[in-house]
Formats: sequence, C-alpha cells, structure tokens
Amino acid sequence: MKRHPVLEREPDFPLIFERSRPGRRAAVPPAAADIDLAAALGDNQLRQDPPRLPEVSELDLVRHYTQLAHRQFSIDSHVYPLGSCTMKYNPKVHEEAVRDFQDLHPYQAQETVQGALELLFELQHDLATLTGMDAMSLQPAAGAHGELTGILIIRAYHRSRGEDERRRVVLVPDSAHGTNPATAAMAGYRVVEVPTGRDGQVDLDAFRSALSPSVAAVMLTNPNTLGIFERNILEISRLSHAAGAQLYYDGANLNAIVGRARPGDMGFDVVHLNLHKTFTTPHGGGGPGTGPVGVKGHLRGHLPVPLIRRDGNGFAFDYDLPASIGRVRSFYGNFGNLVRAYAYIRSLGLEGLRAVSGMAVLNANYLQERMKQAGYRLPFDGRCMHEFVAQPPTGLRTLDLAKALLDEGVHPMTVYFPMVVKEAMMVEPTETESLETLDHYAELLGKVLESAREDPERLAQAPFSTPVRRLDEVTAARRPILRFDFKESS
Amino acid sequence: MNYTPHTEEDVTRALAAIGARSVDDLFSAIPVELLDPPIDLPSGMDEVSLLARMRQLAEANARSSTLMGGGLAKHFIPSVVQHLTMQSEFVTAYTPYQPEVSQGILQATFEYQTMMSELTELPVSNASMYDGASAVAEAALVAVRHTGRERVLVSAGVHPETREVLATYLGPLDIELTTVALDDRLSTPRLQVGNDVAAVLVQQPNFLGYLEDMEPLAEAAHAAGALFVSVVDPLSLGLLRPPGSYGADVAVGDGQTIGNPLYFGGPHFGFMVVTEQLLRQLPGRIVGQTVDVDGRRAFVLTLQAREQHIRRARAKSNICSNHQLTALMATVNLAALGPEGLCEAATGSVAAAHQLADDLAGEGYRVRREANFFNEFVIELDTVESDKDALDPVELYSASRAAASALAARGVQAGIPVPSEYGLNRPALLLCATELTSAEERRRLVRAMSEVVPVSAGTGGRR
Repeated sequence: MKRHPVLEREPDFPLIFERSRPGRRAAVPPAAADIDLAAALGDNQLRQDPPRLPEVSELDLVRHYTQLAHRQFSIDSHVYPLGSCTMKYNPKVHEEAVRDFQDLHPYQAQETVQGALELLFELQHDLATLTGMDAMSLQPAAGAHGELTGILIIRAYHRSRGEDERRRVVLVPDSAHGTNPATAAMAGYRVVEVPTGRDGQVDLDAFRSALSPSVAAVMLTNPNTLGIFERNILEISRLSHAAGAQLYYDGANLNAIVGRARPGDMGFDVVHLNLHKTFTTPHGGGGPGTGPVGVKGHLRGHLPVPLIRRDGNGFAFDYDLPASIGRVRSFYGNFGNLVRAYAYIRSLGLEGLRAVSGMAVLNANYLQERMKQAGYRLPFDGRCMHEFVAQPPTGLRTLDLAKALLDEGVHPMTVYFPMVVKEAMMVEPTETESLETLDHYAELLGKVLESAREDPERLAQAPFSTPVRRLDEVTAARRPILRFDFKESS
Repeated sequence: MNYTPHTEEDVTRALAAIGARSVDDLFSAIPVELLDPPIDLPSGMDEVSLLARMRQLAEANARSSTLMGGGLAKHFIPSVVQHLTMQSEFVTAYTPYQPEVSQGILQATFEYQTMMSELTELPVSNASMYDGASAVAEAALVAVRHTGRERVLVSAGVHPETREVLATYLGPLDIELTTVALDDRLSTPRLQVGNDVAAVLVQQPNFLGYLEDMEPLAEAAHAAGALFVSVVDPLSLGLLRPPGSYGADVAVGDGQTIGNPLYFGGPHFGFMVVTEQLLRQLPGRIVGQTVDVDGRRAFVLTLQAREQHIRRARAKSNICSNHQLTALMATVNLAALGPEGLCEAATGSVAAAHQLADDLAGEGYRVRREANFFNEFVIELDTVESDKDALDPVELYSASRAAASALAARGVQAGIPVPSEYGLNRPALLLCATELTSAEERRRLVRAMSEVVPVSAGTGGRR
C-alpha cells in the first residue's frame, strides 16, 4: 500500500463518475435487431432520461478498480486476525472448481443438472456428519439468514405442538453476536439476556433461573465469543430440554472443534454454519456468505424446501415437507459458495479438517501467550480455543492501538466486541498463519504499546500512512451523503 | 490437502511456549464423551484429483441457454468484469470495519449506491442484500414499520418464489399477506387498496414477462396511505421508466441480470433503493461520504444505529452482511456498459424476445401477447391428445414440465413450466431471450418445439 506523507494532502481519489467523459465507451453488447420499442413496449413505458452511468474506456475502468483494490487490506495482502470472523486463507483452486458451474440455470429440467444435485446431496451429508445433525438445508444466504431460518424452524415446531402461544422468549448470552437477539426479534420473540460468569462461560445459576415454560429457544455459540468452550454444555442442554426449549447452535465458531466434536452430540437441536468461516468461502469484502442450517430428526419436516434427495440412480429436489417454514431465499441458496465448501471439505477430508481445528487452537493459544508477554491483559487467563479476548494495559484505548497497527501494515483484531469486556481486543489468528507471522504480529503489538507509552498524543492521531486517516464518522451519520452529487461536479 | 503451514518443529515449539503436552491436550475443556465422534467423510484429495472430481460433477450437467428466464437470465458480461472483481483485495477482505484500509470496497460501494439510485431514480440505496426475494420481504417490513399497518398486498405477478419468501418472513409477525390475481391479459388489474394496507408490491416486468401499468397502481396505493414497492429487473431500467418516475417508494429486486453469472441460482445480490423519508427504516449496510482528519474525501459505513451489532434486538433487521462481491461485479459491469451499453443490452433482449415470439407465432403456436412483454412471454401448448378441459391443474403442470423436459432431451434448455396458480387452461412455458440469443438458438428452439408439439396433436397443436 502506498505511503502518503502526512502533511502534503493529495487530491481526493476520483470516483468513477468523475472519470466519465460523454461518448467514451468500454464494453459493447452484440448489436440488436431493429425494433420499434414504442410499439413493442408501449409509449408510456419508456424511460425519458438515461441513467447517468459512467462513460469510460476499458483501460480507465481497469486502472480505476485496480487502484481501488490497492486502497484495501485483505487476507491475501495482510495479516488479518479478526476475532469471530475466521480470516483464513481462501484456496485458489476453489475458484477454478466453481467456474465450470456458472452456466447452470436453476430452472433447467432436473435431469440436466444431475451433477449439481449430486454435489448438493453430498454436501448435505458432509455437513450433517460434521455437525452430528440429521438433515441440512443449504438455502440460507448468510449466517444471520441461517439464524432466522433456524429460529423460524423452532417456532414452527412449538406451533405444531400447540405451544407457540406460551413460548415467547429466546434466551441469549450477553456475549452473543448481535445477530442472535436481532434474529429472535425478527422471528417475533422477546429476548432475555443471560449474564456471563467470571469464568467467561454462561452463568449456570442465572441460566437456571431464566429458564421457564415460556422459553422457546436457547441460542448459544460454543466455543463462545470469548473463545472459551462452555464446559457445562451437557447440563445446559439437559436443563433446556427439560424446560421444553430447543437448543440453537450459532456455528460461527465451529472451526475451533471441526472434526473433533459435534454440536449434535452436545444436544443442540438446530445449527447454522457460516461457510465463509469454517469452510473458507471468500468473505468478498462483506459477502456473499452462506449459512446452511442443520436439524435433528424431530425438526426435519420444518426445514425450508426444497431439500435434495436420492431418486433411483439419480438425485431430485424434495418438496415433500408439509410442515416446512417455506422458502427463505429464491432458488437453492448461494450455490457457487456451496461448490467451494464442498471442494474444501472433500480435498481436506477428516484428517485435514482435524488439522484445521488443531492448528487454529494452537495458533490462538500461542499468540495469546505472546500477547500476554507483550504486556496485554487477559480478562480470562487460561487456555483458549480458536480465539481469545485481550485488553490493553489500563489507561490505553483499544481504538488507538488498532489504528497504530494499521501503520505497521497489519490489520487489527476485532475491537470492542464482545461487549461484556471493556476495551475488548478479540483475536483469531486462524490455522493458516505461520508461527513466524504470529511472532511478527506479537512484536508489532509490543511496539505499538511502547509507542503508546512514549507518545500517547501521537498514538491518538494514528494512522498516518494509510490512504486516508481517521474519518469524521459523526458528520457522516448526521448529514448523510449516500450518493454522488452530479450537479456539484458539472 | 491441508493449508496449515506448521512443521513438526513448529508444533513442538508452540506447544512448549504454551506449556501443553500435545495438540489433543488443547481440547481438554471439551467433555471427553463428546470427543472424536465417528464422522463419515472420505479421505482428502490432492489438487489434481479434486479438480477431476469437480469436473466430473460439472460435466454431469447440461449448460443452460439464453432462453431461460424466470427471474434470472444469461446476459452479456464483459471479460473485464471478472478480471477486475476477482482481484485478491476484493475477494479476500472482510467487511470494511477499519475504513482507513478499506477505501477500495467502501468507495466501490458508494459508486454502487449511486448507480442503483440512478437506475431507479430513487435517492437512497443500501449496500446490497442477499437476493431479490429476501430484499422484497425486507421491503414489506420497511412498509410495515413505516405505516404501522399489518397487511401487505402482493400482485401474483411477483415471482412465485419471492412470494413464498415473503410469506415466510411475514407469517411469524402476524402480518397478513393478500395476493391479487392477474387478469386475462396476464397483468395486474386495477386495485382496490384498503386503509389497513401497509404496502402494495408489484413486479415490473411481471413474472410472466408482461408489463404492468405501474403509475395507476402506485396512485391506488398512495391514495390509501400505503407504500408502493416496485420489484424490478435492473437491466430493464436501461429502457423502462424508473420506479421513482411513477411514484414508487421502494425499488427492490435481484441484481443477477446486471453482471452476475447464473451459478444455478446464486450467489447474486438483492438491492433496495428508497425515498429520503424511508432512510432510517432501511435495513442493511449503507456507505456514506465524509472526510478524514486531513480533509480528504473518504467513505465509511454509516447510520449503523439501525443495525444489529449496535441495536441488537431492536435493530431494523438481523441482516449483518451485504453481498459485496456480487454487487461489485454489477458496479464494474455497469461502468463497463455505460448508459448506452445498458440500453443496448435491454434493447437487444426485447428485440430477440419479440423475434422469438414472432417466429413461434408464425409457426402457429399460441403466444400470449394481450399485454406488451419485455424479454419473456408465455407460450401455451397442446401437448396432450385428451380434451383440455379434462386436465386438472396438477396434470397441466406435469404436462408443462414434460414439454420442458422433452425440449431438454433435444438439447434445448428452454422454457419454464408456468405454475398452475396462473389458471391457464393449457400446458404453458415461460420463454425468454436476451441480447445474447442468436438466430441459430431461436431456430433450434422452434425446430425442437415442432418435435415436442407435433402437428398431429389434435386441433390444439397448432392454431
């Protein structure tokens, strides 16, 4: 990434609209046959003014988006240990594998898409066996979308038993991802938060007293967002089920245990997975993700349609789920990502996946130890799973240290999450980083701490070397500018 | 295969540093009865074997054609789009939470929002959503929050799968969903809108390809104090009136047609563009322009007080991500096409579809064209010898499916069976054409059709 001198202000990086010149062109579609559009479509249907899309040459276009790419950190260019996000390497071979599937239309006759159906069928199986669930839907388009699907399934289950009216509450730990309570609300539930105990796990006594006949579901992440395995999981499961509640597994952290332990065996009734985390489909700068949902047998009938089933020698869509919650997305989900995840699982096999969880946990513990040595505090000192939460020494702000890390050419960890830890720094190195990289990262963590002590005022100004520096986010929200102003530019 | 870099020596060094005996020892927090369950997976594969397996699966499918629509279609995507959007920095970045090192994605998203605003002539776009169907469901929820009303009116011309998703989202919140049937012209009739209606949802062109008269429908919605939600194919906006021009409050849809390959239905992206007054109800990420401490223009995720990571159970939606990369493909594609290219692609699609309809009508097939159509239309078939009145809806639909399968068996991927809810009294296929449809492709369809629907099929086979 280009380094900018601090005091010499460079001109603003242009928008594609500012590079536009009337009459310039890049791509040209095949020529259309003559047609009288007014006659074909109707006079009153035609657009009067063309949209002001950019008019640029192909080289302008290439330079613009290539330079934009260079104004961007990514896994391929920078260490990126965001906690909870699982920023592991995304294998290139997956991109080659998926390309051969790009010309399939979802409404082609079933007999012409048998290869795609076979892949989906096998992926349903692979994800089910890895999670210990009985059936999977591959339809949800993201983790939060999977959560909504899963909670709607639980609601349909209670309704089928005549208990929907009285089961109005979803229990969520206070360390949970924000999507958990938002999802429960979207499914029509009231959310009750369960506090985290001093050991970083669900406070079992508080949990016991929060359970009641009005609880529909308990949503848990295990290991939780503090990177700690909920040791009481079997007791939590027993208590939940005794109260008639269903246990929901947020699969954000499955990568910590994949191949070694399964939510299904822990007693979870529903799981969602984030294929962009554990199964390394690219994050794409914020999506598309993919959030398959798995259930135990008693909930299978509520899954979204269609599933994929074996049909004689071939495969077919299965719409025969009369108690289904219905569709949550058009077609069959983010198929391209399902192909990538399948390629990942099948190329690694069980041994490779066990290495994923093994090395992810090893790396996290190693970096946690190094960070402790570098002078950071650990609110829950002890072994972690695939990630851990640290804090800066008293008096220092996480935000400033994170910004200083940007100047060192590395991406900071997740900051200010989970909310139960003040000044939280949530670190997840993932299994694909080498010890040298972790050593280097730890050294930089030590270095920014040192400069914070030497010159706290300068630290509060960081970063200095990035394409832009700290932003005025308050004005952005108070006086939103959400699109380019063509008038101003002309 | 395995992408972990650890040598044996590394593992030993790391274990020593943390004082653990073995890697398995690191999992001692897990109750022992949960450890190492039987997992039924085949052994891993090297790269060559993996690609061979993937190719084997890919080759067990027939490639689609440009003659299949139904919400997605194969359009021209210039090579440069894939080259630019597959750059590592775009593919392997996370959500731009550190804006100082995420200006590439943030600015591209601001450009995307501007382009979607231009296409729809509505001012406020979010940064994209999962797909068209879930975006429509979220749009209905915007209207419910805005009006405080609990009933939604949806035209049967809205894609059937979109309506299924809508029902999934609205059901648990006890919001009533009423479907308005299409008229004899296969378009949405004039509507009576009650004062309890939060939103009227109409798709343009509708699922069967026909053009709706949007302005009076919007007026009817507004007269009752409801919002008008226009579900649009963004490619069509190269030619058709933008939703803002006929008073739509929300424009939503699936972005596949403006720069995403089909991929068997995903990933693509959904979009949502709204009026200023709905800004604070808009779900999903939004990028805004601001300045940095040195006064440089910069971009940042904004208005986050609406979102789940701040608002938790009181968020406008649980949506946590957008479909950044597929929306970026659309951004680059629209920039490559420009206003002229988009108009040409839309015109080419209309022209090819009308040629195809003429070809088929010329052969005597029943092409439904009471209403004007864009690039899709319905053709009714008489593929059965029995009297048409004897067929119930299930049989009609099976006959439609059989016709599509028979075309596929002749190597022509074309025609989506028309769902029975539309009440057609013959088997029927939804046909599509795009700017990529060649004369040869049209001829092959007409030829295959003549084999599937033989002249001898009673009076109905040909008119």
